[in-house]
Amino acid sequence: MIDFLVLIAVSVVIAATPMLFAAVGELVVERSGVLNLGVEGMMLIGAVVGFGVTMTTGSAVLGIGSAALAGAALALVFGVLVLTLMANQVATGLALTIFGIGLSALIGAGFVGMPIAGLPKLDIPGISDLPVLGPLLFQYDAMVYLSVALTLAVGWFLKRTHAGMVLRAVGESAESAHSIGHPVIRVRYLATLFGGAMAGLGGAFLSLSVTPMWAENMTSGRGWIALALVVFGSWRPGRVLLGAYIFGGVTILQLHAQGSGGLGFGLPGQVFTMLPYLATIAVLTIISAGPWRGRFQAPACLGQPFRPSV
Amino acid sequence: MSLKFEPRREIPKSLVYGTPLLAIALTILSGYLLFMFLGLNPGSTLYIFLVSPLETQFGLAELAVKAGPLILIATGLAIGFRANVWNIGAEGQLTIGAIFGAGVALAFWGDEGFWILPLMFVAGALGGMLWAAIPAFLKTRFEVSEILTSLMLTYVATLVLSILVHGPWRDPEGFNFPQSRLFTEAAILPIVLEGTRLHAGAFVALFAAVAAWVLLTHTVTGFQVKVVGQAPMAARFAGFSQKGTVWFSLLLAGALAGLAGMIEVAGPIGQLTPQLTPGYGFTAIIVAFLGRLNPLGIILAGLVMAISYIGGENAQVYAQLPQAATGVFQGMLLFYLLASDFLVRYRIRFQSARHQAAKPRREVAAT
Repeated sequence: MIDFLVLIAVSVVIAATPMLFAAVGELVVERSGVLNLGVEGMMLIGAVVGFGVTMTTGSAVLGIGSAALAGAALALVFGVLVLTLMANQVATGLALTIFGIGLSALIGAGFVGMPIAGLPKLDIPGISDLPVLGPLLFQYDAMVYLSVALTLAVGWFLKRTHAGMVLRAVGESAESAHSIGHPVIRVRYLATLFGGAMAGLGGAFLSLSVTPMWAENMTSGRGWIALALVVFGSWRPGRVLLGAYIFGGVTILQLHAQGSGGLGFGLPGQVFTMLPYLATIAVLTIISAGPWRGRFQAPACLGQPFRPSV
Repeated sequence: MSLKFEPRREIPKSLVYGTPLLAIALTILSGYLLFMFLGLNPGSTLYIFLVSPLETQFGLAELAVKAGPLILIATGLAIGFRANVWNIGAEGQLTIGAIFGAGVALAFWGDEGFWILPLMFVAGALGGMLWAAIPAFLKTRFEVSEILTSLMLTYVATLVLSILVHGPWRDPEGFNFPQSRLFTEAAILPIVLEGTRLHAGAFVALFAAVAAWVLLTHTVTGFQVKVVGQAPMAARFAGFSQKGTVWFSLLLAGALAGLAGMIEVAGPIGQLTPQLTPGYGFTAIIVAFLGRLNPLGIILAGLVMAISYIGGENAQVYAQLPQAATGVFQGMLLFYLLASDFLVRYRIRFQSARHQAAKPRREVAAT
């Protein structure tokens, strides 16, 4: 029984990790006052580039690095449009997703159905073999630890560093931040690029670790759920981490409910596949409606264009 | 030399309608470079995407078949976008509309009544409205972002469709394929042009777009939508209801998307299948922008975008490219369009450094 629970907990962590990468990246973007709805597209580009580079070079490190770069490159397109040319952020983000879905399919056309060895699991003699704790904590691949480390780093950065304070100020009030001499546009560019790189990493984890392969549109909405996670986590890294693991849990729950007939209550499998999406709507509603309202405020300048008046 | 941007006081009409053409030209150029970069023959690949759809009568008819749903959906979305209501779940509203329309067709399967098609129209529009009412309710009651709710509901709608065609609505004589019975004649839109798939639905789209144009330009409701979107404060002073506008634009967009879904199943598809559209609901967002949120512009934009779909299908056959590659064109087109909006809103002035340096000196001389 314990072994089974450990197995489930491990699969929850793995299901949560792509969303965690993307959500923490988007959190930084949104804290700087920019709303990038292109997460799904950037994840897909990360997934296909990560897969392609790993397969052709044989180096997962190169693959993961290029995935982050590819995500950032797409984010740069978004940045030029909304930050320099002040295009509408919602429309540009959507364009980024449509473009990312198409481009990833085009690049990945040759990779469909090709097998690849997944990322190697951590193996510390003695520790990874511990009962319960070993598989629960010490048998993931490096990217799982990276996702948690980056989440903690972002939390520390936003709360404890001067640069993090500037970033928050830019998101709360671009005008005042600009008037005391902070480079609003540059800060937003950097945040946007970071968000793109993180989405790329999330995508690469999907195609290198969760299901080591490439399939068209393989993110199947995870990018959008990552966006919802940022709201769920009320723009705080710790809560986003928690939210990602809860949503990972919902994902695994639906897989098990479908797999074992007893848990499915005779309902069609699709009912369970709906769960993450329905949960997202429910959670968004509860957060917006409940007594907590107001404590979960989005950054004040989120989604508003800014042009320094010289 | 430096660049200087000045906000335009008056926006020239020629730029508003010229920039979409510029965006199309830049998209084609980028497509050329991209195909070259991917090691394809750029000329012939572009030819397949952009010209081959226009070469045959069948292709031209297909253009209208594909543009129809895009125009219908984009018209509804454009009205919402004008009021800052970001319904991006039209794909889901289309799916539910198709389900409702198909429900009528299957309930009266074998009947020959002339009233079946009209009833399907009503059901399709109602289905789409129902699905759009959920984000409308959550937005007006709890201030939940309609962006995420309408999108999540798209995934839910697709799964509802999947349950139906795999389960209760599966064709009993269909060899277990996940699809419904083929509709009988009374539930199928008549073909307008023999030998093609051009059906009456294309004219419904045309009519809806023209009607929406009249609504926007000649009625108080249209004016209200614009004011709520452009000047929320002024709208409040004028007593225009923000919530009312959210409801209005979401329900209208839902109805039109639902109608588009119903027309798809009663037109070219003729039954309920798990994959109803190649992403019409999302592409319609681009169509709305390319048409400058103006229903008449949307008619043209819908035709342009339909080319990319047929081109994508042809590319799949002749160049073994995935059909999703269509999205590359569509995404790029929207990028360029949004970027060129900058030219519409700002005047770009080139200033030489010498000119800038010379200025103060002249002022000194004057004093």
